[in-house]
Amino acid sequence: MARAFEPVVISANDLFDGRVIYLSGKDEWVSQLQQAQLITDEGQAKDRMAQALALSDRAVGVFLAPAKAGPNGPEPGHPREAFRAQGPSNYFHGKQAEDA
Amino acid sequence: MYHHSEFDRAFVVDRAQRFRDQVNRRISGALTEEEFRPLRLMNGVYLQLHAYMLRVAIPYGSINPDQLRQLALIADRWDKGYGHFTTRQNIQFNWPKLVDIPDMLDALAAVGMHAIQTSGNTIRNVTADHFAGASADEIADPRPYAELIRQWSTDHPEFQFLPRKFKIAISGSPNDRAVVKSHDIGLRMIEQDGQPGFEVSVGGGLGRTPLVGQVIRDFLPATDLLPYLESILSAYNTVGRRDNKYKARLKIAVLELGIDHIRDLTEARFAEIRPQFDGTDQQILAQIAAQFSAPTLVDGRGTAEYDAARAADPVFRSWSDTNLHAHRHPDYAIATISLKKHGSTPGDASSAQMRLIADLAERFGQGDIRISHEQNVVLPHVHKADLAALHAALREADLATANLGLISDIIACPGLDYCALATARSIPIAQQIATRFDELKLEHEIGEMKIKISGCINACGHHHVGHIGILGLDRAGVENYQVTLGGDATETMAVGERAGPGFSKDEIIPAIERLVGAYLDIREDASETFIEAYRRLGPDPFKAALYPQKEAA
Repeated sequence: MARAFEPVVISANDLFDGRVIYLSGKDEWVSQLQQAQLITDEGQAKDRMAQALALSDRAVGVFLAPAKAGPNGPEPGHPREAFRAQGPSNYFHGKQAEDA
Repeated sequence: MYHHSEFDRAFVVDRAQRFRDQVNRRISGALTEEEFRPLRLMNGVYLQLHAYMLRVAIPYGSINPDQLRQLALIADRWDKGYGHFTTRQNIQFNWPKLVDIPDMLDALAAVGMHAIQTSGNTIRNVTADHFAGASADEIADPRPYAELIRQWSTDHPEFQFLPRKFKIAISGSPNDRAVVKSHDIGLRMIEQDGQPGFEVSVGGGLGRTPLVGQVIRDFLPATDLLPYLESILSAYNTVGRRDNKYKARLKIAVLELGIDHIRDLTEARFAEIRPQFDGTDQQILAQIAAQFSAPTLVDGRGTAEYDAARAADPVFRSWSDTNLHAHRHPDYAIATISLKKHGSTPGDASSAQMRLIADLAERFGQGDIRISHEQNVVLPHVHKADLAALHAALREADLATANLGLISDIIACPGLDYCALATARSIPIAQQIATRFDELKLEHEIGEMKIKISGCINACGHHHVGHIGILGLDRAGVENYQVTLGGDATETMAVGERAGPGFSKDEIIPAIERLVGAYLDIREDASETFIEAYRRLGPDPFKAALYPQKEAA
């Protein structure tokens, strides 16, 4: 039996400063994971990935990042994505500092 | 130490200018990321989890105060006020913006530094014994040879597109502090009939296939160094695999084809190219060596002040017991500044700390600074009479931790906190081990202990050669830590053995505590180190401590 499709968001790093960015449902690259479009269907993921690559002037390394639904929008689906969404754990740097 | 020549200066300035042009073309869209990526990697620019990362070479770990101040300036102006010193004697800046990196490279070029060949399938930064030119056990200073190799390997047209990256390490002492046999080429200086030369080993490496380098030449006269290196590289360029990235290092060619075959290829090439070396390399070496002339060491000042300070101040005594090594001059010491304060990030230094170290190196250390592969900073020439003042200044900047070679002096890679390749975090594990054993006040009782932590199988944290190695892995989306035992990073290099199943991030610290507790119980006496006890007893009692439930079952 085929494995069920796990939800994803489309993510990348910003060309200029390398920070983590996500694709929103409005075809905009946004900084916050919660503002990203959660994709739960494999066909939709393929379509959105193709669209994202067309929008990749400022996005580097566009990929499908594991995510899950949360009360306020998408949440990380893997520890790696949690660090990307927040920042390192040894210093208060990165997105966690931007939010503060 | 070596100062860049006009040629060097023009070269690094030109490279920085070219990279500025490449960045501009990338931003304008004239270059795609696919086209730009190899160009940025040639200049040490990676894209990590949260940002770009700039890796700057500190050739053979040698840096002067002005250069260190410039790194501090770069950290403040274009990064977040700190830098991370690595096991490759590089410094990494974790937060640069792409558009700022050309300015950073210009700032580096202004003090004779660069990020060239800190990435890519080229000959990387040549690493060396961080006590070079100072240690009591040294045959000769390896740094002139290391600088010769740097000049020869930089932009060498034949070796810009090797099958994979290529690392060379050099030690001038029979006691190996540069882990030479974990490198593609390891050079260990020896003498034969009064002539200097090298024992040359090849095919060492850590990573997913850890291998101890094998001797390809028992004794290579020092005058043959460059043609012989070129011959090894040429053989590797010919037979190194390009079909599989994970089998492309020289160590795999040595493993698959055998050391004898690699030696035959190398010697055949050597016979061809040796006559082409007309002595120019030796003239250049002599010019380089003149810049590494020994510092002026003062006789007659005595060590009474040092002895009095040791008697009067137990904190200084503790620091001098752990953080000093024997200098070739009996009135001097090699002082290591620990970047491993308990609970801090191993290898990180703030810009303020960098500036202070630069100042102290000028006041007390002949302006000579080294970065060790163990992620600490070394002042190689400090008169013993100055050590108490040095220590007092270091204390004020949180740089006087007395833990060299002890359980909290941990090598750790950046791990999943920063690295795009990582599968688990390294830094918090190092922080927690250091903090825990500091709380237990056991560190000095435990004695010599090398814990090395990598956040993925690529082994940047040298876990294979730790007395206790910790490898962080991803097990179904959860961080998991494997323990290896019995590794050795010295001239008796050995790869540690995996102890058994991994531990969760919550289990790993108690597991290490049990392991160390078992060592304290079973050692013959306080003089028997962990690694000695492991060699005497084998892994069983240590495994029993790590996995008590299995033992009880």
